[in-house]
Amino acid sequence: MNTKTLLLKDRIAVDAAHRVVPAVLALLFGGFLILGVGFIQPSTLHNAAHDGRHAMAFPCH
Amino acid sequence: MFGRIFLTALAAGVLSGIFIWGAHSIKTTPLILAAEVYENQGEAVGDGLHQVLPTAPAAEEEEWGPADGFERNAYTLLSDVLASIGFAFLLTGMIALSGRHVDWRQGIVWGLCGFAAFFVSPSLGLPPELPGMQTAELSARQAWWLSTAAAAITGLALIALQPRVGLKWVGAGLIIVPHLVGAPHPEIAPSALPAELAAQFAATTLVVTGLFWMVLGGLTGYFYNRFERS
Repeated sequence: MNTKTLLLKDRIAVDAAHRVVPAVLALLFGGFLILGVGFIQPSTLHNAAHDGRHAMAFPCH
Repeated sequence: MFGRIFLTALAAGVLSGIFIWGAHSIKTTPLILAAEVYENQGEAVGDGLHQVLPTAPAAEEEEWGPADGFERNAYTLLSDVLASIGFAFLLTGMIALSGRHVDWRQGIVWGLCGFAAFFVSPSLGLPPELPGMQTAELSARQAWWLSTAAAAITGLALIALQPRVGLKWVGAGLIIVPHLVGAPHPEIAPSALPAELAAQFAATTLVVTGLFWMVLGGLTGYFYNRFERS
């Protein structure tokens, strides 16, 4: 019984680790893209993304 | 799992990016172009004043910007698709972190949570801006916008993804706090920009962005379910 519970716990832990690393990497990459498209200020990037920034309601100018 | 998240976010992001670019081209870009006429009139008056000054700052015309028409639309497509892929990675990352089963129906609910966190809550303090609108200093607005969105994501996750009631209340508090602090606002003076344009822009972006998040959420749920084996 104990062994079974332990195994189940281990499996859940392995599942979580297997999920968490890719999920956190995805969150970091998504955040990086949003900051790049919506928030970074060099004028070239700003002008290229201008209309999209306004329409997505990011603060612009 | 890497493959599943990557393929889901890429497919859902590209497709909904093209969708929102279409909606932007038809509904919001014409309003931005109309507002720029008033913005440029304001700048022309400003330039006239600069010419009187002996040390006028160098003209800003050397800054690169896409030419109006095809080039400008192409760059808007690029930025819409990239932003959409970014939102798709955030959404897929949260779904994967939650460990829940998500199909296209539940995906729409996840998408609406993204809409609440990335549009509704920030817009309650900082309404969508047209060029030429009066605004507070940019870095203060960006900081408030990002903190409000982050607080809303954390708050929604605490409410929906964990079982403890006390923490759900903390989540609700987190969503509200940025609005009690208040967004940075300028002193408002009479402006050349017609209020009708600004009102139409605010309503249009609300609807278009809401539809975008439903499409993104639905597609994310669909692909996440479909790529389960990869």
